[in-house]
Amino acid sequence: MARSTASTTASTPPSASPPGPTASRQWLTRILREPLLGPIIALLVAIIVFSSISNTFLNPFNVSLILQQSVVVGILAVGQTLIILTSGIDLSIGSVAVLGTIVMAQMFDANGPVVALLATFAVCVVLGAVNGGLVTVLRLPPFIVTLGTFTAIQAATRLLAGSQTYQVPDGSPLTFLGTTFRIFGFTTTYGVAVMLLVYAVVGYALSQTAWGRHVYAVGGSITASTLSGIKAGRTLFSVYVVTGVIAATAAWAALGRIPNADPNAYQNANLETITAVVIGGTSLFGGRGGVAGTLIGTLIVGVLRNGLTQAGVDSLYQNIATGILVIVAVTVDQFARRRTQ
Amino acid sequence: MTFDRATPSEHPEPSRPSRPSATAAPSATEATEATADGRTSITVLQTAPVLEAHGLVKKYGNVTAINGADFELFPAEVLAVVGDNGAGKSSLIKALAGALVPDAGEIKMNGGVVHFHNTRDARAAGIETVYQDLAVIPALDIASNVFLGREVRRRGLMGSLFRRLDMPRMRAESSNHLTDLGIGIKSVTQSVETLSGGQRQGVAVVRAAAFGRGVIIMDEPTAALGVKESGMVIDLIRSIRERGIPVVLISHDMPHVFEVADRIHVHRLGKRAGVVDPRERSMSEVVALMTGAEQPTDEERAGGPRPDAR
Repeated sequence: MARSTASTTASTPPSASPPGPTASRQWLTRILREPLLGPIIALLVAIIVFSSISNTFLNPFNVSLILQQSVVVGILAVGQTLIILTSGIDLSIGSVAVLGTIVMAQMFDANGPVVALLATFAVCVVLGAVNGGLVTVLRLPPFIVTLGTFTAIQAATRLLAGSQTYQVPDGSPLTFLGTTFRIFGFTTTYGVAVMLLVYAVVGYALSQTAWGRHVYAVGGSITASTLSGIKAGRTLFSVYVVTGVIAATAAWAALGRIPNADPNAYQNANLETITAVVIGGTSLFGGRGGVAGTLIGTLIVGVLRNGLTQAGVDSLYQNIATGILVIVAVTVDQFARRRTQ
Repeated sequence: MTFDRATPSEHPEPSRPSRPSATAAPSATEATEATADGRTSITVLQTAPVLEAHGLVKKYGNVTAINGADFELFPAEVLAVVGDNGAGKSSLIKALAGALVPDAGEIKMNGGVVHFHNTRDARAAGIETVYQDLAVIPALDIASNVFLGREVRRRGLMGSLFRRLDMPRMRAESSNHLTDLGIGIKSVTQSVETLSGGQRQGVAVVRAAAFGRGVIIMDEPTAALGVKESGMVIDLIRSIRERGIPVVLISHDMPHVFEVADRIHVHRLGKRAGVVDPRERSMSEVVALMTGAEQPTDEERAGGPRPDAR
């Protein structure tokens, strides 16, 4: 009986497309296939709205300002994207960068800029490796690990700084990323250029290298990745180390933006990076998304804050607006996932 | 760090040049080794097992998962492994696939003793496993899934220095493999989550078939599928056998087993109860053997019929 059923099905060619996609399903597949579509539309709408409210919104000076205001969180968000892609989350990323600025400023006085920069990168990479080690070797949930390291690093930073701020002399290599240059008649800082470079490099690594495939695979399913022969632990660990490098870069850019290392600065950076990543369409469940979306997410937040400030809206209302945006983005992600699985 | 298999100099064909006979005529090479006395023409049929295991034991505390199990797989055959739940067939398969290390006993591949410490070792020896839970990454595209863990990089500086993947080549090869096995998927750039259950199984099978030089193990490949899709997977198993690659099929589905298997390995109480010929035993007899209601013949107990009798 079953013999005959199977032999008849064997002769019919297997159908290639899922049966009967409805209109809403098609719309969803479009969004899923082009996950950047939503964020791009949101960014364009925000730009159109604010430029119609304010004449000065789109002038080059203001555009450059938006980019400069986005640099620190924008760079950190690249690291956050990597970690969220592995279905983790990094609550400590901002505090690592703040510790980096303190280390850099303190080392600068006695040892000069090169040692200061190297020390910062070393400290941030070690902290990334600590997070990565706890997540991969002890298999602890990233949320708990980074909540712990966040608390510890924040306290350590204050102890190290001794509740004071450290001025970095303007014009030293430590503030280099704050210096401006002109390109195509547009003035911007090297920090903005470095931010775009970080996006380009990580974007390339994610989309064009085996390491990138493995990051997505580990985020999609760690069991399936291991069964497929991927060294999942190594991949996961490498992501946390790379995030350490990115945090150090952000620390450098932060001193370029404000040449003053303050242990209480960037208090909200951790959450702001998550905001940018989520608004950019990267799934909090891991395995889907990318840094292109995060760049757009960063710009959406930057445009929103700048535009609302120009329109005279209180910064607390800006926070409410950002919060709503995050919830909308997560809802879209959840909805899309439920439909496809 | 994880690019170990992605060397740009790797041969584009999955079958390694050093083992050209693996798909063509595995029995012939084995036969000439076995018969040094010159009677080659007669003993061509006297094949040696591709993969065999003797006296495997695996204990977890007081629980014995494998209790002195034997196993033999011959070239270009489909060997079904059946057994009641808890008979230990998945432990046996895990030992063969490198997913567990047995406490005692030996595993031989093409006559030589092998030691698998993890699934990578088994894969390096040419044993590919299609797992029940598929082990595909839904959000990744088909080509990336087929080459997952074995990505191919571009030639030259782009590959060696910039580690750039050769996506066009991986897509083209994936597409060829899908066509070879008769899986109708329009585009290998679509993500696996857009596929039906049977097509996903197809991708997992294609991955195994593309790289499986020695043996392909399939763990309950039709368990989660409908009738039509199961038929597709059965056809896939046949086309793999036609390529000369032996398949180990673990299944609960007796009609499927009888439809495609050349021999049936009946596993009971942690060891091989016997190997039966599906043309000589009925489904109900095999079920009786699985549960112990019926006893295997002496020949079946000893490892059953040789596949070359066909």
